[in-house]
Amino acid sequence: MRDVLRHHLFWPVAALVALLVANTVARPGFLAITVRDGHLFGAPIDILRTTAPLLLVALGMTLVIATRGIDLSVGAVVAVSGAVALSQLAAAPDPAAPGTVLRAIGLALVLCLVLGVWNGFLVSVLGIQPIIATLILMTAGRGVAMLITGGMITTVTSAPFKVLGSGFWLGLPAAAVLAFGVFAAVAYVVRRTALGMLLEATGINPAASRLSGVRSRTLTWTVYAASGLFAGLAGLLISADTMAADANNAGLFIELDAILAVVIGGTALSGGKFNLSGTLVGALVIATLERTVTVLGISPLVTPLFMALVVIAVTLLQSPRMRERFTAVRRRTGTGAQRPAARPDSTEVTAG
Amino acid sequence: MTTSAPARRTAARIPVRLDRRYLPVLGTFVVLALMLVVGGTRYDNFLTPAVVSNLFINNAHLVVLAVGMTFVILTGGIDLSVGAVLALSTVVTAALLQAGWPVPVVLPLAVGVGTVIGLAHGVMIHLFQVQPFVATLAGMFFARGLCFLIAPESIAIGDPAFVELASWVQIAGQWRMTSSVLIAAIVLGVAFLALHFTRFGRTVYAIGGGEQSALLMGLPVARTTVLAYVVSGTCAGLGGLLFAMYSRSGYSLTGVAMELDAIAAVVIGGTLLTGGTGFVLGSVLGVLVLGLIQTVITFEGTLSSWWTRIVIGVLLLVFVLLQRVLSLRRT
Repeated sequence: MRDVLRHHLFWPVAALVALLVANTVARPGFLAITVRDGHLFGAPIDILRTTAPLLLVALGMTLVIATRGIDLSVGAVVAVSGAVALSQLAAAPDPAAPGTVLRAIGLALVLCLVLGVWNGFLVSVLGIQPIIATLILMTAGRGVAMLITGGMITTVTSAPFKVLGSGFWLGLPAAAVLAFGVFAAVAYVVRRTALGMLLEATGINPAASRLSGVRSRTLTWTVYAASGLFAGLAGLLISADTMAADANNAGLFIELDAILAVVIGGTALSGGKFNLSGTLVGALVIATLERTVTVLGISPLVTPLFMALVVIAVTLLQSPRMRERFTAVRRRTGTGAQRPAARPDSTEVTAG
Repeated sequence: MTTSAPARRTAARIPVRLDRRYLPVLGTFVVLALMLVVGGTRYDNFLTPAVVSNLFINNAHLVVLAVGMTFVILTGGIDLSVGAVLALSTVVTAALLQAGWPVPVVLPLAVGVGTVIGLAHGVMIHLFQVQPFVATLAGMFFARGLCFLIAPESIAIGDPAFVELASWVQIAGQWRMTSSVLIAAIVLGVAFLALHFTRFGRTVYAIGGGEQSALLMGLPVARTTVLAYVVSGTCAGLGGLLFAMYSRSGYSLTGVAMELDAIAAVVIGGTLLTGGTGFVLGSVLGVLVLGLIQTVITFEGTLSSWWTRIVIGVLLLVFVLLQRVLSLRRT
């Protein structure tokens, strides 16, 4: 039991379970999944689908945060990606032709990759603080997206593109399959190779890791590029869902949601140790929370309040001070005496 | 953040030659002057007292936000909640006035809301060691959610005493000044004195320069850190009051992304986000630059409003690069 309580995923998973229980109490059929036309339907499936863009953005964010950085520009990149793809489709003679769709998707992703590379350049080569380097694109990016769409909300009908947002693959929502697939692939690469460890090394001590032969600069550059690419993919999913490129509102605040997902998942913003499974749970918690608010019949406008409460609760429970208190209580009662009060892994909080 | 460690070290060691410290602020001043000159030659009626007065009147709330933000950024922190707290303050003001509360009670309450949220941030950040980014992000969501809980729709303010306070305009020739500009100026003056002539102000700079060193020097780091967030929260509450005076309404969606404007103003004003270097007067220059961009784009007429954001982004980039070059040269 003690080990369960100490596990880094305990509080995030507890929050997720609590939300699911609250939903099931409010609406007993909440967890039911039905099969219609070979596709799965139901609230849990819906949550998976709405998690997809957030999961992609949070995935990139986790990698960036692991290197002690942050990427505030992802929301703007989401808007740019949707704007590019849909204006490409709108300009094409036949928006439904597979070649056109592929070209639009490719162009959007390449542009987002370039934006990510730009962020990486500012951070790793010019040595600008990540928060301010990405703030530049966060501020300017939506303006660029507006420029691409000409300030209007571009709408298009293109069946092949729409599949990304609301279609089904293998009975599951295409968006979810794509996002979870990318997530699994990245998690595999990061954790089955030395890449993850090198990222953590860069985040814990950039100077020391460089001296011991880690290519910190290339790694930093890569994670920002990846973050841009994943945000671009998320932008495609979001724009395909509505089939409209809204430069003002597409991906609005998604950078904050993604950072929250990472934080709820137990990765400290101070860099170093990261856990992708935590980010997955964090993204699910946020998507479920949004769903819960509607199920409970509360105005969705009040969602931020609940989000704040969850974040405050989880971060306070994970804070070093609270952990110390827990350990102190355990030591006093004698149950934890056989273990030294080892500092849990995610508590390296630097001053300031 | 590969190279931020040496950058922080140089920021802590404030150079002996004073001119280096003032260079970024000087840069902001040059940009401001250039914009005024170019605007003045390009458009008629640009350098008129009316336009300049409006620049101050339209941005009084942002000046107050940027002043509060400067304190927090000087300690090496950040406050993402100011836009949401500003909205909360406008909503509280409007809702209480609508309920018939007297103005002398409502005004301190609206500001106090910000103070309490700022205090909560300080406690979370200092006692529980939650990162400033996360703590104030939670505060932002909290305040925004609370706004919607109090009033999902815009509330107009019709209280005669408040309207009279808000419509107070002093005119000298074509120069106009409202009570909100006066309040912003007072806040600026107090902040300037507090930062440069009090022990609290010196401690703020010391914490930004190096928290560990400040602690070892026996400075009251805990109290000062918490107080910096209280100052920022209070300024956001006051900013909300000014915005309520300006717009004569309380609306839960005001000030979305205004925290970015405040941060941008502080950065353009020459304050380093790592803390320790910067001036509150620079932040005000930053606000004026942002306001002037808006004015220029309005005057240009053919340019769409989204150019504002692109220009702000480019300016941010230029200033950040300038600061980077300066801090590199220092080493």
